[in-house]
Formats: sequence, C-alpha cells, structure tokens
Amino acid sequence: MRICVSDDALAIACGADAVVRAFEDAGHAVERTSSWGMHWLEPLVEVDGIGYGPVQPADVPAILAGEAPHLRLGPVADHPFIAGQTRLTFSRAGRTRSLSLDDYSDTGGWKGLEIARRLTAEQVVDEVKASGLRGRGGAGFPAGVKWNTVRLAEGARKFIVCNADEGDSATFADRMLMEGDPFCLIEGMAIAAIAVGASHGFVYIRSEYPHAIRKMEAAIRLSAALIAPFVIEVRKGAGAYVCGEETSLLNSLEGRRGEVRAKPPLPAIEGLFGSPTVVNNVLTLAAIPFILREGAQAYADFGMGRSRGTMPIQLAGNVRYGGLFETAFGITLGELVDKIGGGTDSGRAVRAVQVGGPLGAYLPPSLFDTPFDYEAFAAIDGLIGHGGITVFDDTVHMARQARFAFEFCAAESCGKCTPCRIGAVRGRETMEQIIAGGSDVEDRLALVRDLCETMKVGSLCALGGFTPYPVLSAIEHFPEDFRAPAQVGAA
Amino acid sequence: MTPEPTPLCEILAGHDGTLGPLLPILHEVQARYGYVSEQAIEEIALHLNLSRAEVSGVVGFYHDFRRTPDQRPALKLCRAEACQARGSEELAAVAERLGAGRVRIETVYCLGLCSVGPAAMIDEQVHARLNRSTLATLLEQRA
Repeated sequence: MRICVSDDALAIACGADAVVRAFEDAGHAVERTSSWGMHWLEPLVEVDGIGYGPVQPADVPAILAGEAPHLRLGPVADHPFIAGQTRLTFSRAGRTRSLSLDDYSDTGGWKGLEIARRLTAEQVVDEVKASGLRGRGGAGFPAGVKWNTVRLAEGARKFIVCNADEGDSATFADRMLMEGDPFCLIEGMAIAAIAVGASHGFVYIRSEYPHAIRKMEAAIRLSAALIAPFVIEVRKGAGAYVCGEETSLLNSLEGRRGEVRAKPPLPAIEGLFGSPTVVNNVLTLAAIPFILREGAQAYADFGMGRSRGTMPIQLAGNVRYGGLFETAFGITLGELVDKIGGGTDSGRAVRAVQVGGPLGAYLPPSLFDTPFDYEAFAAIDGLIGHGGITVFDDTVHMARQARFAFEFCAAESCGKCTPCRIGAVRGRETMEQIIAGGSDVEDRLALVRDLCETMKVGSLCALGGFTPYPVLSAIEHFPEDFRAPAQVGAA
Repeated sequence: MTPEPTPLCEILAGHDGTLGPLLPILHEVQARYGYVSEQAIEEIALHLNLSRAEVSGVVGFYHDFRRTPDQRPALKLCRAEACQARGSEELAAVAERLGAGRVRIETVYCLGLCSVGPAAMIDEQVHARLNRSTLATLLEQRA
C-alpha cells in the first residue's frame, strides 16, 4: 500500500503532520510528496493513487479499512480541477517527492540543462526568446531579451538572482514550486547561467517562507555537483515587501536597506555589486527547463496574443475551491472565479476580486469576461501581476479595502520617493475621513484621485506607482461604498 | 541580556568571505539573542568596516529585526487581503485580547497560505483555517 501525504507548508498548516502520525501509529509508512494544489482538500491523502480529503487523524482507520466514501475522491490525477489544467511548470506537483533526485530525473529532470550545455549561449537565449516567455513576477518583460542584455554586457563576473520574495497576498506559486519541485528552479537557474555566462546565483526567499528556505537549501546541497561549476546560495529576506522589487532586492542582497534604485542603469547592465545580473522570478526560471527540453515552440503553442505559454494562477481568499491552477493565457476571469473556483467559500455572492496582489485592481463581476492576458488586463486598468486572485463576498466594504491599500503602502514603503512615503499616509487619512462620512466626501474623493495621480507618476517603483490601482478601481467600480458608510459591510 | 562577546565573534567569523554578509549576520544574531543590541551593531560595524549608522539603518529598515529584547513567543497573524476576505480582522482583535501580553501578536502581510486563511505562524509553525476557538487553543498552548 503506497500512502502519500504532502509536506507542503499549506498541507502542514492544515494538519497534515498529525494525519501522517496517525498512519504511522497504525503501522503504515507514508511518503511525503509535493502538493497537488487543491487546497480545499488538504490534508489530502493518496492511497495507491486514490485520493481522500480533507482528512483528519480520526478518519485514518476508516480510510485504511476502505470505509471512507464521504472523503473518497477517486484517482487524484483525474480530478476535474487537475484534469482541466495545462501543467507545464507544475507538471510534478503532487506526483513526486520534492528532494528525490531519482524522482526528478525520472520525470525529465536535467534534460533541459543537458541540452543547454550542448548549445552556445546565444542559442540558449534564442530559444528562450522564441518561447515568448515573459517575466512572471508581474512586469511581464520578455525573459529572452533580458538574458541577451546580460549575455552581451561586459563584466568580470555575472550573477543570476532568483526573486523569491513572493509578498503579494493571494500568491503562493513560488512557495509551492520551491517546496515541491526545487530542482526545477535550480535547473532553470543553471540554464540561465549558461546563457549569460554567470558563475554565481542567489535565491532571495522571504523569511515568511521557512519551509521553502529549508527545501531549497537541501536541494542545492543535493544537486551541487550536477550544476557545477555554477553555485547557488539561498538568502533570507527580512520582512520587507518592497524587496520584491528587483533593485531593492539587489540592495538587500548587498547588505543595505532595501531601498529602490533609479533605473537606468538596468540591473542587466549594472546589477548585483555593479555586475551584469539576471533578476527573474521563480516561475520565470522554473519555466525554462520545459522550454529547453521540449523546445520553444512547444511552450509558445499555448497562450494568446503576446502572452505565450501558461500562467500558474492562484485562487485565494474567500473562494470555495482555492489552489493552484496552471493554464494557458486567455481563460476568462469569470471561468476562473465561478467555474473553477466555485464562487465564494462563504456561499454568499461574489462582490469583488482583486487580481495581482495588493497593487492590483479590484474588479466587479461585470468585468468577468476579461481574458487572463497582460494586455487585456492593462486595457481595463488592471494587472495580472504574479497571477493571484483574491475573492471577496458581498460583506466586503470597498472603501475599507481602498484604505487598506494606502495603509499597506505606508507600512511597506522604502521611503525613497516622497509621493509614496507621504502620499500613502495622507491617502489613508483621507480614506478614513471618507469612511467616517460627512458632507465633503466628493472633495475628499477628488483629493484621493489627485494624490493617486501624483503617486502614479512620481514614484520610482510599483509600490507607490501601483497603489492607485486598488484605490481607483474600488472608487470606480464600487462608488456606492464611498457614499453610504453606515450600511455597506454591516452584514 | 547582553550578548557574550565570543559567540558574536564566531558569527562574524563564520561569514568571512560571504558576499553581502550583513543580512545573514543580522539574522544569525537575532536568532541567537532574540534581538540586535547596540553592542552587536557596534561590533558588526567594526568587523565589516561600516559605520554604526549604516548597520543601524539596515536593522531599522527590516520588519524582522528587533532592537529590544522580548522573550515572549510571537504569533505572526496574516492580515493581508486574502486572509481579510476570510475573516482575519475579527481574529486580530480576538488575538490581542487572548494573547493578553503573554504572546506578542505581530501583523504579517502574507504567509502564502492564501486559500486556507486566516493563517498564522508561531516559531516557524504554520496554522491555517483559524477561527476563534483554534486560535484560542494555539495561544493557550504557547503562552
């Protein structure tokens, strides 16, 4: 009997370790695998390929006796949530043990690196360019173009920096990838090193992810010989959201305050310690092994318009079926929220979704026909960011969410740009006055709009520059919440 | 609590040759002593050939580093949007009351458990789907 339970932090947070102990107490060994990403079913137990979830320790005897029909899901791989996805980056999710080199190489691991080693640096870059892969951190910059800049830049040493400072609420794909398939990220970084001629790589992981840090460190030790002479080390963040911005991250790696740098110079020319540096998100680098192994075209065949390939979308917040859904670009927001996510977990109506983390727009169901695509979201004054979707039911008070957007910016601003440092505080105060009501709400709203304009054009990075997205979208799509403070949200 | 000089020297020596050693050093100091003291800042600055103001500025910038000792366990409660949508704000008020000074309640913006919130972390142990009663149990165990 082969029993598998995930050791992903989310499964553990839902009680997976206690479930494992219950199986062990009953005399059964349990394999710890990565998570399938069906979070509402965690802790998910697989017995010879048949899934059960969510499982509590008390359910274990019934599962072992084959008497748990209410928890039985059938073959996990055939579950509609999994079968409906196109998993390229997350092809191993749920299927392998994260620190097993055998599992990794048995599932196509290191093939991309082998191919890259037979190519010239320019050919590797061309392959990434042809795939159409764009940076998955949020900005969507073509990865191959960035790599080529670093390849051509003069420098005695070059660096590969993996941005694993996944601070956006509603995002956990980087965490799942690092915890579930760390060798995939290592392979992607090793390929990037070949493409640009780098000798040293860093994975900058936020301190809120201790499990991911431990997994990455262990995986780097296990695979060091396979990627040599390239070396990778893990660096732990220290609780600053702004360090997810690439120049601030570089300052942090150098041991400085995580303040944003002005660009130019681009990090590709003058990055870490002044050297040419590739800074890519976890998901960008983790997409690379597939592209090299299967060819650029195999990746580019998925997607729409200029958004090629797949996006690991994260369904979060008040959603019934939350988790990781990797799919080709082009799926509509409504399909994701209503069909795949199953609406709210509370059973109430969906009132708003925030796409793209704390700097993303709040969107009403009337915009649910928008396809998931960089350009389509830009057209409705939104952004897909790192692919996180937070669902809110009809108890949400949108003026309070707008206030929170300013509060978050004030808490996390690095302080370099005045509009962000001071504007966020003044914005929060003004929103508090609006929430309190009064006769001058229209004047206050005009002030907030004006402030947002200043922050948008006067901030160096996305923190100050994009905080207006959640604020203005909330005002535009949910104006009633900014005028009737007493009633809305009382439920 | 004043750090003994020897272990700090060991921490510093352990990072000789590290590129950009300041954050790794501060993390280790904080892990060992629970905070970064003025004395530690001075010694780190001396060792890395930085000014005290530079080291101080870095310590002050990051939410993780503390400058004063606090022996209480810290509950990091996520209050970012996805957890808000699942009721974290109500829990935050409850946590303050139940912690009653025995547990330090800290706000954290995102633990990456956004589909199963409200979520919290205490001593690197993660907890999800929190409600009043599970939170109370958690605080009771740790206080």
